[in-house]
Amino acid sequence: MALKIIVCAKQVPDTNEVKIDPVKNTLIREGVPSILNHDDANALEEALKIKDQYPDTHITVVTMGPPQAKDLLIECLAMGADEGILVSDRALGGSDTWATSNALTAAVKKIGKFDILFAGRQAIDGDTAQVGPQIAEKLGFPQVTYVKEFSMNEKNITVKRALEDGYEVIQLQMPCVLTTIKELNTPRYMTIGGIYDAVKRDIPTWGARELEIDLNTVGLDASPTNVFRSFTPAPKGKGMMLECDCEKDTAKVLLEKLVEKHVIS
Amino acid sequence: MAILVSKDKCRGCKMCVRACPFEAIDMVDQKAVINEKCTACGQCIGICPFEAIEKTPDKEGPVDLSDYRNVWVFAEQRAGKLMNVAIELLGEGSKLSKEIGDRKVCALLIGYQTDHLIPELFAYGADRVYQIDDPLLENYTTDGYTKVMADAICEYKPEIVLYGATHIGRDLAPRVAARLDTGLTADCTRLDVSLKNYIQYLDTCTTLDTSSIDPNSQDKNLKQTRPAFGGNIMATIVCPKTRPQMATVRPGVMTKLEKDETRKGELIKVQHKLAESDIRTKVVEVVKAAKEMVSLTDAKIICSGGRGLGDPSGFELIQKLADTVGGVVGSSRAAVDAGWIDHSHQVGQTGTTVKPKIYIACGISGAIQHLAGMQTSDVIVAINKDPDAPIFEVADYGIVGDLYKVIPEIIEEWSCTCNNN
Repeated sequence: MALKIIVCAKQVPDTNEVKIDPVKNTLIREGVPSILNHDDANALEEALKIKDQYPDTHITVVTMGPPQAKDLLIECLAMGADEGILVSDRALGGSDTWATSNALTAAVKKIGKFDILFAGRQAIDGDTAQVGPQIAEKLGFPQVTYVKEFSMNEKNITVKRALEDGYEVIQLQMPCVLTTIKELNTPRYMTIGGIYDAVKRDIPTWGARELEIDLNTVGLDASPTNVFRSFTPAPKGKGMMLECDCEKDTAKVLLEKLVEKHVIS
Repeated sequence: MAILVSKDKCRGCKMCVRACPFEAIDMVDQKAVINEKCTACGQCIGICPFEAIEKTPDKEGPVDLSDYRNVWVFAEQRAGKLMNVAIELLGEGSKLSKEIGDRKVCALLIGYQTDHLIPELFAYGADRVYQIDDPLLENYTTDGYTKVMADAICEYKPEIVLYGATHIGRDLAPRVAARLDTGLTADCTRLDVSLKNYIQYLDTCTTLDTSSIDPNSQDKNLKQTRPAFGGNIMATIVCPKTRPQMATVRPGVMTKLEKDETRKGELIKVQHKLAESDIRTKVVEVVKAAKEMVSLTDAKIICSGGRGLGDPSGFELIQKLADTVGGVVGSSRAAVDAGWIDHSHQVGQTGTTVKPKIYIACGISGAIQHLAGMQTSDVIVAINKDPDAPIFEVADYGIVGDLYKVIPEIIEEWSCTCNNN
């Protein structure tokens, strides 16, 4: 089988590394690295596993972001993707999920026919989980989100979709959009040879003109949702440190306090 | 609408550069310049000591959205049982409909043979139930539910639609939003229509300067507050130009109304045009996990372990503590990522948001995204070796020490205290 697969990926700041300045109550972002979003790495890995099985498979990774998002595409090529496309244009800046999915849908249509589109369930900077389903809707294709197991034959795709208290087994046909979670697989590392080849590759950048997109459907002004205010929560007041000579006394004091405050009886 | 920097006022102090969550400010010739990564979040505006940064208003005038009325709640049910979050949303919906004034809170009940749920929806606050009932809707499918829901929204025109941020709500809502070309805000933890309430919240719970918000403005937009940037900041999102305003809301954060079995409401059976061929996915089976579901959201007491446990066997001690105090076991993301415990135990921005009566954090340093998921607990007890661990900033009672020595003593004392009383 010669499948055509598209993977949507995003470069994100590693939000686990972000700290808050305790005095000014603002974000400290110096030294926060940019990474390939975790769920998107699982999306690419699943595509690569299909390519391992069917070597004629062609994988195109598409990302939308500022020019430096090219680094992410180099990483994906070095992992084994065949092609990378950067969607980047000042006119796309400030897009919310609706506008982002308009731009990415235009890019996917320009790439051409595909069998499976994989995307990570959500990105760790926004955690919205919206862009994958919105692309599926705008393309008019079926979707399954939270995919944790994947198998396919000539005719059908069978996936397990994670629920909070179990899972569903779902069958569907290609073309389709699948969003992936960590449980699906373990992403492979880049290979040395892969990195060597990837940095030499030409990565096209598509702007609004190349996408032939209506400028009233992308960017900050076109987005239906806007940020009204943003803020850091006020830290809760520091409590009481229990300092006793031994653990037994500490435990005693703790229990006394909890009883005193009627937390336990 | 855009963020603008006044070149005359900017003194090149770079405070905005550091404050920007999106790396959207560059320094060019010692002046701040906004680049394309800007989302107009406004974080920089309050930071600037020279009032050099402003947000420009929208170019267009207000759109006529008055056709849209009432607050809808997606009454998610699985196998004939209502999800808790749907009941919580009815409570929140009642609050919002009062804040707008002269509005009804309505439940949208989709499924097959769901009649038994209708009295329950009324009892928990629904003024009206829209029921869509069909064998094709017995199991949740994206295609089936999206079609009937989007069609019902077009017909009845609610101004607000709320979904639980469950695996089903987060699958359905973006698809419906895309079909209707309206906005959607994910994983909200607070909703306001009333500006007075919103300002009061900002004043008591945040450090934001609220003097620029006019409490008497006629603004009736839904102000949707959610953790952003991995839970490191909070953002309030509005959807001023399109209707309905849609949000998914985290389970466990909104308050249910008292159940009142005498409450009655209006039932509307919605006609639909769903055909079998519309549904392109086939649900082969739905499997409930064999292991007991960790109900962190309902727990009165949660005992959580983190990387400070040292190794996975540490969770045996946490389990013993939980058994003693009648609680359930939670964990930090670090412990889940290390493979020590299943994801279903994870508390935090990417796990579950909890607010138990007592939260006992053992060997958890307190990454911001963990704190975001538990800091509204009534009482927080933290045990950690490191006296500088951020968890102590939110703890009511902090114990610096070796958790392997402290916890057994707590277990001992707890048993004594609670058996004597």
